[in-house]
Amino acid sequence: MSIQLQQTMQRRRGLFTTDHRTIGIRYLLLSLLAVAIGTVLSLFMRIHIVSPDLKLPLFGQIPPEGYLALVTMHGTLMVFFVLTTAPVNGFASLILPSQIGAQRMAFPLLNAIAFWLTTLSLVVLLGAFFVPGGAPISGWTNYPPLSAITAAGPGQATGMDLWLVSIGIFCFASILSAINMLTTIVSKRCQGMTLLRMPLTVWSWLVTAVLILFAFSILFAAVVLLLSDRHLATGFFVPTGEVINGLLLDRANSHANGSPMLWLHLFWFFGHPEVYIAVLPSMGLTSSLLANFTRRPVFGYRFMVATTLLIGVFGLLVWGHHMFVSGMNPYAGTAFSLMTMAIAIPSSGKVLGWLAMLLRGRDSRVHPMPTPMLFTLGFLSFFIAGGLTGPVLAQPILDAYLHNTYFVVAHFHLIMAMAGAFSLFAAVYYWFPLMTGRLMHETLGKWHFWLSLIGAYATFFPMHFAGLAGQPRHYAQLIGSTSTFLSSLLPLQTGITHSALFLASAQLLFLANLAWSARRGKPAGSNPWRATTLEWASDLTECRVVRGPYEYNFQSNLSDFVMQCAAEPEQE
Amino acid sequence: MPATFTRTPADIERKDPGIGGKPPVDRRPTGGGGGDDNWDNHPQGRRGPRELLTRYRLGLFFALAGDLMFFIALVGAFFVRQNAGHFDPRDNYVSDWHPLAVPPILWINTAVLLLSSGTIEIARRHLFHEVDVMEEWLGLGRPAVRRASPWLMGTAVLGVIFLAGQWIAWQQLESQGLFFASNQNSHFFYLITATHGIHLVLGIVALVGALCALFLLRRVEMRQIVVDCTAWYWHTMGIFWIFLFVLLTYFQ
Repeated sequence: MSIQLQQTMQRRRGLFTTDHRTIGIRYLLLSLLAVAIGTVLSLFMRIHIVSPDLKLPLFGQIPPEGYLALVTMHGTLMVFFVLTTAPVNGFASLILPSQIGAQRMAFPLLNAIAFWLTTLSLVVLLGAFFVPGGAPISGWTNYPPLSAITAAGPGQATGMDLWLVSIGIFCFASILSAINMLTTIVSKRCQGMTLLRMPLTVWSWLVTAVLILFAFSILFAAVVLLLSDRHLATGFFVPTGEVINGLLLDRANSHANGSPMLWLHLFWFFGHPEVYIAVLPSMGLTSSLLANFTRRPVFGYRFMVATTLLIGVFGLLVWGHHMFVSGMNPYAGTAFSLMTMAIAIPSSGKVLGWLAMLLRGRDSRVHPMPTPMLFTLGFLSFFIAGGLTGPVLAQPILDAYLHNTYFVVAHFHLIMAMAGAFSLFAAVYYWFPLMTGRLMHETLGKWHFWLSLIGAYATFFPMHFAGLAGQPRHYAQLIGSTSTFLSSLLPLQTGITHSALFLASAQLLFLANLAWSARRGKPAGSNPWRATTLEWASDLTECRVVRGPYEYNFQSNLSDFVMQCAAEPEQE
Repeated sequence: MPATFTRTPADIERKDPGIGGKPPVDRRPTGGGGGDDNWDNHPQGRRGPRELLTRYRLGLFFALAGDLMFFIALVGAFFVRQNAGHFDPRDNYVSDWHPLAVPPILWINTAVLLLSSGTIEIARRHLFHEVDVMEEWLGLGRPAVRRASPWLMGTAVLGVIFLAGQWIAWQQLESQGLFFASNQNSHFFYLITATHGIHLVLGIVALVGALCALFLLRRVEMRQIVVDCTAWYWHTMGIFWIFLFVLLTYFQ
């Protein structure tokens, strides 16, 4: 083989390779590990709620604070290492350069450094399980003073410090990735690839990278301030006169009167853009896949770009809707409530656009629907189901009742976890031929989809009812008190636990499919989905883009689709 | 090494360009084609040195934007905590914010930092002086490096003087009994000066690295990029310091 190819293959195999596709696949494997651990933790949580006395493997019988540790680590792993790493770092490293016609990212070494820092961050986080005291118990949101005082609870000493160090490293790695992505998109587009000819996935990565740059810097500042409170006796977040475990907190040298509200503002200024970071790439992918599988262009390309930008901008302005009951100024609550309802407008615009694409493409769509299309429809379904409860929670007066109940848990699991997960599945099934040259097994994929869809709704939909009934979050058990309020919810929670076990088992089909198809899957051609975007082009060296990204069935006398970089459309 | 001026698209790997690359001067800012939206003339494959410089400047710009957000978080917290207070036993709201007078040495430090911005800008411009760059590109010695190095060293020295001045300011505050953890706004004084100081230490490390790179890097474009990015970082830290200094002096 040629020297070029040999050098490429060697470059891809090294441990510290800077090849963007290898790094992308490694990011995805990291997320796979994190999601497996996070799922196991969630199953332990579910089992513990319905049978608190059961001894679980590795943990024995879980005390109530152990349950909180499970909650904290489940949330942290899933939000950071699955929903931020996979759609943003993983798939962007893999796909972004090809989609804009570039050979590599702008700073390949930075990409490699960011990956290894993310790995280090995961290792440090998982180390929190093994230190004396165990994992932190203050939730992924870590409100002070629980998170600021090392004596406040088990796991709040070394475990909490490891969490803070891990997330600090993760912030830094994410910012490096965002710099890389932004510079790549701005400066490495190929000839003819104007901004308005970019695929919507690239637009979503652009906006996501800007959000990462803003949000994770704030989180880094918050982490620094919290570490300072914990170890340098400052008082950014801790009020004076705190009584912990019956003892007055003796902070003789620093009666500096801090406020937990400062943490809440800083954290949620990061925390809300974080959920948009998790979901914007999925939205871009949905537009692309719907276009691909209905064989029609995206409905209103500029409209979709505008809504993406609006969601990004508004997402920075709504953080207070996590803080309606925190004692914030109620007028600020009104402002945040209005902004949150405003952000429903571009989101609904996107959903209506997707529905329009489905309607317009009902005659021309690919038949039977391949698995990536099924998972895209699943994303749409969960996005609508979870999104409809957003405006409900955006009303401060309703949130006063529903805050910290299972209603909120249902909302974000449907719209972020399940929609995000289904979109990640769609991405894996869709881009698997680019990673391995083979297609994933169709039948296994369809079984995976239907079982997951049913399992996910069965798990998370009933949580709405538990929340409306008033069941609070983070309660480790429902029995053992004199009132019957919580134990009356036990049958519902048992049903949810059974569905969760079912849902988790269905993912084994996915793992089996991955393992089998990587070796024995049907060989795909260079463009098995007959897509127009550039990652499927066979030769990018002389790429010159002359048309938009979604020209499927664009003109009646041309063939079914025209590749973005094809010189002349083939005449029929 | 091909002794021609054309480069094939397959020749993507970075090599010592010798006579085959483009000189990194400003006469052809986009490396051979139209800029703006004249896409038809935009060369594929290896881009010109101007594109390389733009790419690194863009990366630095985004990194500094994130850094700015970090400082904005601290400044935001600074303003929020100015309303810090507690209720005393008679239910009066007593403020916890005790504005402290900024040690006067900070004015000298500010002047030193501004001077260092000037010296590093002189160094940066030496690296882009066309006659010197053409000589370096042709392999006739390193006049630009020779001219820029003393200014870079001077900047590093001024940076160290600034940091020493900051340290003295801290000593002066501590001798008055105001430590990091004493009260709310001493938190912020130390925190703000410390984080800026850490960024400046990184800047001095970058300066030393740039000095080494000037003698170790073989391509003149990369030497330009290293000094240019270090200079812009240094200027940005100077601008941040001005904002932070005004904040600490007048907005407590």
